Amino acid sequence: MSAETFQASGNIFTRTRGRSSLHPTDLLSYLWLLFGTVVMFGPVIWVLMSSFKTQAALIEFPPQFLPFQQDSVQVEGHDDPLPLYDVTLEDGSIRQLAQVRRVGIEAQMVDPDSPEEIVRVNIRQREPVRSLRLALENYIDPLGRFNFLIYLRNSVTVTVMATLITLLINSMAGFALSKYEFRGRDGIFVLFIATLMIPISVILVPVFLVITSLNLYNNLWGVIIPGAATPTGVFLLRQYMLTIPDELLDSARIDGASEWRIYWQIVLPLARPALAVLAIFSVMWRWNDFLWPLIVLSRSDVFTLQVGLHSFAGELKIQWHYVLAMTVLTLLPITVVFAFLQRFITTGIATTGMK
Amino acid sequence: MRQFAMVTMLATLALVLALPGMAQDVVELRMTWYTDGNEDEVMRDLLDRFEMENSDIRVVMDNVPYQAGILEALPVQLEAGEGPDMARVTNLGGLAGFYLDMSPWLSDPAYWEDSFGGTLGWLRLAGDTMGIHGFPTQLTITGPIINRTLFEQAGVAVPSDASAQVTWEEWAAAANEVADALEIPFPMAMDRSGHRFAGPAISMGAQYFDGEGHPTIAGDEGFRAMAELFVNWHLDGTMPLEIWAANTGYAGANEEFGNSQVVFYMSGSWQVGQFTDQIGDAFDWEVVPNPCGAGGCTGMPGGAALVAIGDTEHPEEVTRVMEYLASEEILGEFSARTLFIPAHKGLATSGVDFETDLDLAMNALVTFTAQVGTLEQTAFDLQAYPNSRIVFDASRDRLTQAIVGELTLDQAIERIQEDIDEQLAELMGG
Amino acid sequence: MTTIDGNLQSERQGLPSRLSAALEAGLAALFAGFMNALEILVRPIERRLGMERIGYFFVLPNLLIFGIFVLFPMLLNFYISFTSGTEIYPQDRSFVGFGNYEFLFDCENVFEPNSCNEDLFWRGVYNSIFFVVVQVSGMVLVSLVTALVLNGKIRARGFFRSVFFYPVLLSPVVVALIWKWILQRDGVLNSLLIALGGDRVQFLVNADWAMLWVIVISIWALMGFYTLILLAGLQAIPAELYEAGQIDGTGRWQSFRFITMPLLMPTMFVVLVLSLIRAVQVFDQVYALTGGGPGTTTHFIVQYIYTVGFSSSIKRFGLAAAASVLLGATLLVLTLLQLRAARSNESG
Repeated sequence: MSAETFQASGNIFTRTRGRSSLHPTDLLSYLWLLFGTVVMFGPVIWVLMSSFKTQAALIEFPPQFLPFQQDSVQVEGHDDPLPLYDVTLEDGSIRQLAQVRRVGIEAQMVDPDSPEEIVRVNIRQREPVRSLRLALENYIDPLGRFNFLIYLRNSVTVTVMATLITLLINSMAGFALSKYEFRGRDGIFVLFIATLMIPISVILVPVFLVITSLNLYNNLWGVIIPGAATPTGVFLLRQYMLTIPDELLDSARIDGASEWRIYWQIVLPLARPALAVLAIFSVMWRWNDFLWPLIVLSRSDVFTLQVGLHSFAGELKIQWHYVLAMTVLTLLPITVVFAFLQRFITTGIATTGMK
Repeated sequence: MRQFAMVTMLATLALVLALPGMAQDVVELRMTWYTDGNEDEVMRDLLDRFEMENSDIRVVMDNVPYQAGILEALPVQLEAGEGPDMARVTNLGGLAGFYLDMSPWLSDPAYWEDSFGGTLGWLRLAGDTMGIHGFPTQLTITGPIINRTLFEQAGVAVPSDASAQVTWEEWAAAANEVADALEIPFPMAMDRSGHRFAGPAISMGAQYFDGEGHPTIAGDEGFRAMAELFVNWHLDGTMPLEIWAANTGYAGANEEFGNSQVVFYMSGSWQVGQFTDQIGDAFDWEVVPNPCGAGGCTGMPGGAALVAIGDTEHPEEVTRVMEYLASEEILGEFSARTLFIPAHKGLATSGVDFETDLDLAMNALVTFTAQVGTLEQTAFDLQAYPNSRIVFDASRDRLTQAIVGELTLDQAIERIQEDIDEQLAELMGG
Repeated sequence: MTTIDGNLQSERQGLPSRLSAALEAGLAALFAGFMNALEILVRPIERRLGMERIGYFFVLPNLLIFGIFVLFPMLLNFYISFTSGTEIYPQDRSFVGFGNYEFLFDCENVFEPNSCNEDLFWRGVYNSIFFVVVQVSGMVLVSLVTALVLNGKIRARGFFRSVFFYPVLLSPVVVALIWKWILQRDGVLNSLLIALGGDRVQFLVNADWAMLWVIVISIWALMGFYTLILLAGLQAIPAELYEAGQIDGTGRWQSFRFITMPLLMPTMFVVLVLSLIRAVQVFDQVYALTGGGPGTTTHFIVQYIYTVGFSSSIKRFGLAAAASVLLGATLLVLTLLQLRAARSNESG
């Protein structure tokens, strides 16, 4: 596929050139894109904002978009700061008061400027005074509880090693299956394809048995290796390498290149778009993987980030304020990687054609 | 090529440097732990002190997620012989086959028998009467917590103020009255758990076992009576569907209760620590005695236990750590700082000096502790039954189907019995 | 024409690209060094094997790992499906022949899950079939529309391409979490509904809504991927065809119907197959979102296998293995049919 076909223009249904007037379908296109942007990004942004809210603000209804926190004020005669409220008094006027304590449905409040006089109000007559503030403790507290850097290092190790190994062995296999004639080739290919559809969650226990008998339990290699021979990758690369003309390989052979050299100096560079796609998918799979590492790893010094970040999910409650913050934290690296590589990724997938 | 050689050398160097420089005579023990509140920090602190005094032992805590780590992965790891040295578990009897009997190494086995009494039996296989495998990190009592402030605002009397014995129906009526007056969405809520359901069911007369000790739900009139009430409460809006219908495994109503959306919340004593943090004194939350029925006024006992694992290579060191943690002083401190009720007779008598300034929390702990003596024997028997989790999970999942209308109540009860029988058969080897 | 060229140009410049260019150069040197070093090892092997058998060498590493960690466990799984008990090691388990399979098929009427001994298995099967049919059609439709729009005369195409692709990066658990947070009773969607004068809806508690949202969210999470594939297919259609059509006076709809659709068919086929595979495998996202509920409304076949064999307190490995063998067999038949269709497509 050449670059020219990429740049062909047209509206939704056709590619008529040179029209400048806005056709109804163009308007619909933009509406669709606008709608799509809101639907695609909206939820992520909402979670991002929520992750900065306090526990109290999180359970509020209707929820606010921005993170608000109740103000408090230091009042003479009290050790801790007291929470501030807007209180509707009996005469209908509104005063800003600090709450000393609450007894039943009655709140005892004071004016911060004259702390001696106690005002008693029904708790329904008061509204918290709030201002915009980020609840950074949602991030700091859980991070203080475990060794974030160790988990990060493990996650990076797993992701990088697994992706490198996947790319190497998958491309070798794809090369062999697309460029050589040997007995059993089609059988091997069908075998790979046949397992393309089986999710690992249904053969969890047998794979676990293999891991323990190979002594890979509680070992990062036990996480890295099993998924490296992904049939999807072999399939993708083989299909792509089929499009590389055999003449290129033959002329290199005439020049005396070894088969290994042909593989890495001719075929691999030409298969770059497909390799890029596989790379990003491998990074995604490995970075996000939760179930498998959790089973293979039980020692916290080999935990990956996904396992570690879930470790505060207790028996008896979801601590939403932490869960949301940690979710944002795991999103961050992959979003940054995507921001840098989005051109390669999106055009990479587009140009592999997946045929 | 030169570049490559350099990189290889650097990589090798980094590898050599990264090899852990372990001191020679230190035994490293692994403890698999999960946390609901601050107990991981408290435990770490206690272990640090242990390590200061015992330089030959190092205990590493591996904090894992409860559902995926403790309930799902740990049993498979244990079955494959890849377990840790110690673990905090809740399926006490179900995993009993994997525990270490510490008796040979214990300096004072009588202390354990005296202090933990019957709860040691929860950790034993059927037929075992002697083994000491661990100790409960906390004793839990299930029971209702109400939002008294809502009652006051609605001007409805709290039923338990006037009478020591209030039926479930009376509580439901009162809670509905409050909810109607104040437009509160959920009069009542119950944790999504067969264990939570068991207390009310036994109060209605459920037996849970036949004469031979086989768990029997089919034909249990008391169970059916409570189940019928329970399903109807979901249909008429007394209880929120989102807790039971739209979840897998355990689910609580903490947020709804903390947000004053629930009047009456059937949960348990472990909530005290969390409510102290989350609610504080924003409203008056109060523990009330378990409601009554034909079979009594009971909740369920329960708890998590720290157990020693049989596959450990260092049974002696494990026992030393366990002895330290189970000692009256240390367990007392653990309970005081986590606001957990200890399952320790000495501490129960002397009382734990809970570290909270909040009267609401103190009152709640006192009320829960006082209920230990009022629990029915059936409740203790059910908790001590090694495969109780099969019964709990089957009743939870099948009652859910009855609530959403996939099964009639009778079909659901029939399915509960089938699930129990099939899983017990699998356990016996098909 | 020029605007799109301009967009592509501006995409290629800027700091990120220059940074990654520098990075690339460094990596390329490292890569060359590594491959050169390996060549020393590979040469003798190459000489010994010769051209007829060198293919084995290239396929071996992948085949080895595949054999140990995929194929062997599957065979083990096949054996386990004929055993029962809670022991994990196959040699400790008791052989029961077709017992587990008979148990799964023990029904008065297979079309009525309540009449089956293992009702949850059949509920899973039927829920999965419904999900696959609706989700795959929805997925293809939404991706196609988006690809058509993106293929049009659109400003900032690169940006929108990224927007639609972004959710693909998220882990299934995170996707579920995000949406759970939005759909909950006091979530933002309900507050929007109420603000617009509607009533609160219990999205994940009501059976019909829950299934709908499970489908919508799974489309949300992956449509970007299929959109890109379809976009590639669209851009491979030569513009001359449309010009010729225009001269003949073909309308927009007709040129879509008679030029775009037929030429896009091979790509559509790829999308159909890939989305079908993903739909059958759906699990963790739904598990984290609804837990299969309300009741068993969104309880799919993979969740059944996972629950029975792994998450329940009594782990019935044999039953789970039997169910997964049945699933595997069904998928195998589907795959082979697809391969055959693809072959006839290529030759035809």
